[in-house]
Amino acid sequence: MKLLVLIGNVPDTTTKIKFNADRTAFDASGVQWIINPWDELALTRAMELKETTGGAVETITVANVGRQETEATLRKALAIGADKAIRVDADVRDAFYVANQLAQVCKGYDLIFAGIEASDYNGAAVGGMLAELLGIQSVSAVSSVQIEGGKLHLIREIDGGSQSVSVATPAMAIVQKGIAKEPRIPAMRGIMMARSKPLEVVQPVDTEIRVSFESFELPPAKAACKKFSEEQGKELMHALREEAKVL
Amino acid sequence: MTSINKFTAPDHYLVDDLLTEEHKIVRAAVREWVNRSVKPFIEDNFEKAIFPKTLIKELGEIGAFGPFIPVEFGGAGMDYISYGIIMQELERGDSGLRSMASVQTSLVMYPIFSFGTEEQKRRFLPKLATGEMVGCFGLTEPNHGSDPGSMITRFKDMGDHYLLNGAKMWITNSSIANVAVVWAKDENDVIRGLLVEKGMQGFTAPETHGKWSLRASITGELVFDNVKVPKENLLPGAKGLRGPLSCLSSARYGIAWGVIGAAMDCYDAAMRYALERKQFGKPIAAFQLQQKKFAEAITEITKAQLLVWRLGVLRNEGRATPAQISMAKRNNVEMALHIAREMRQVLGAMGITSDFPMMRHMMNLESVITYEGTHDVHLLITGHEITGLQAYK
Repeated sequence: MKLLVLIGNVPDTTTKIKFNADRTAFDASGVQWIINPWDELALTRAMELKETTGGAVETITVANVGRQETEATLRKALAIGADKAIRVDADVRDAFYVANQLAQVCKGYDLIFAGIEASDYNGAAVGGMLAELLGIQSVSAVSSVQIEGGKLHLIREIDGGSQSVSVATPAMAIVQKGIAKEPRIPAMRGIMMARSKPLEVVQPVDTEIRVSFESFELPPAKAACKKFSEEQGKELMHALREEAKVL
Repeated sequence: MTSINKFTAPDHYLVDDLLTEEHKIVRAAVREWVNRSVKPFIEDNFEKAIFPKTLIKELGEIGAFGPFIPVEFGGAGMDYISYGIIMQELERGDSGLRSMASVQTSLVMYPIFSFGTEEQKRRFLPKLATGEMVGCFGLTEPNHGSDPGSMITRFKDMGDHYLLNGAKMWITNSSIANVAVVWAKDENDVIRGLLVEKGMQGFTAPETHGKWSLRASITGELVFDNVKVPKENLLPGAKGLRGPLSCLSSARYGIAWGVIGAAMDCYDAAMRYALERKQFGKPIAAFQLQQKKFAEAITEITKAQLLVWRLGVLRNEGRATPAQISMAKRNNVEMALHIAREMRQVLGAMGITSDFPMMRHMMNLESVITYEGTHDVHLLITGHEITGLQAYK
């Protein structure tokens, strides 16, 4: 089985978010970039499957859309254990643009992993769109992937419980938290081996831009805390009802 | 998920630009591991004086042992800047943890790799790299610290084996070590290295208790009472003090990097506290006397970062001299200790509790400023280097 894991290049989750002066673009200066946390868990699960299914998984490839500076993120994925990386050399635009770029490099795989969303723009659209473009079935909100006898057994998280499904290959698993316990940390030997693993760069295909960003707004700053003493029960209730409007 | 820890590494001079992407992956990997496996437990381990032995296997798995040793012997074949970065991140966790890894790498794997036979390398290095084996290093003796050349531990050639007698003191990893690299004099008064293995008759390694420093790390003695050491356990490539001193150069290099981790941890924790803690209606970071502490701390951290980066480049090129390493070790340990004390003061009374890392780092660094060449001896090494005149005795 050939596995592919889509890798998003996102700001470290502790990054202080800033925008340019007219708030039309994210200010990336001084930002540390990481693998999108859901994609990192997906890669971890792909590695576990390769190690525990007795040769059922032949290769793990990782792919992204991004400029050369995103290669560090792909190298980290190779250091964690992926065999090969593919980068589509383009700026990340809307979800359809990204899905269309990925579609050209995602053919021929038995199972594709996509994180349920990216931790920066929370688009949650690429996985589903890509499956449609490839003409393969997709299962969303997946929290468990098993391979048994060449078949995929997945568990989906649904309201109030879970749902087990089996699916024929090729398939797309759009994964969420729980797919792996914690992301795997690359070992020093893996980091060195990543140097010699193939990283293919593919040119983008012409794609219409359907969505363009107009502006960004930061959430309002937190208001100062109001403190009430034990005797001020009435005032507290009033503030909750009239000011915070939570009652 | 990634980066649950709020630690922000200070980088005032954009020293990151001097590192490769690979160096940054190394740093992120070890930082993440420390956040996950060390930070949540270390204060408790330190308080109870417990060395977390389960971490040995994990350190082996991430590749923290012998990163610069070639792959064929179990290492990763990395450069010295990567080694330094690993030490920095481990010591951000705890100096005791870093000490454990320093000893395993620079004082055990390095001499076996540099001075050992092919058979010794194949037998010990891969298992030391995975943490399946733990090593220690015996040079200092109860009566011979800064003057190791006067050591009295000796061995005699008995024909089919060597007979070793003597004692070593202040040995990191002593009681848990499977193999000790022991420096002793032969019958011609030449210092040689012997691999003394756990279980050899007459070899004991009692632990030293009652330490107020490096409490989450094991320290002990090595006692040799007519220990029969097989002849194949002699390191053939080292004769004289040059052997152990070259190991110390490697370890001191790692310490010069490591202590920056401790300093950054103190700086970061104090900065976050000072921006939140209010007195007289404003954050205490807004007061001039606190800003003086922070401004001086970031200046010293920046200087230390540049010092080790340049030293790393020189070491990668095989040009770093023992005296240059000595200067970096001396400067950076003092810097870290001073910053731990100053940052502790920023927190007032809170700074003495185990909710914050300063007191632990400070207590640890009191050992680090003494071991691997005392602060004073390193000053004399620099003095010797620049004047050509020895002032050790």
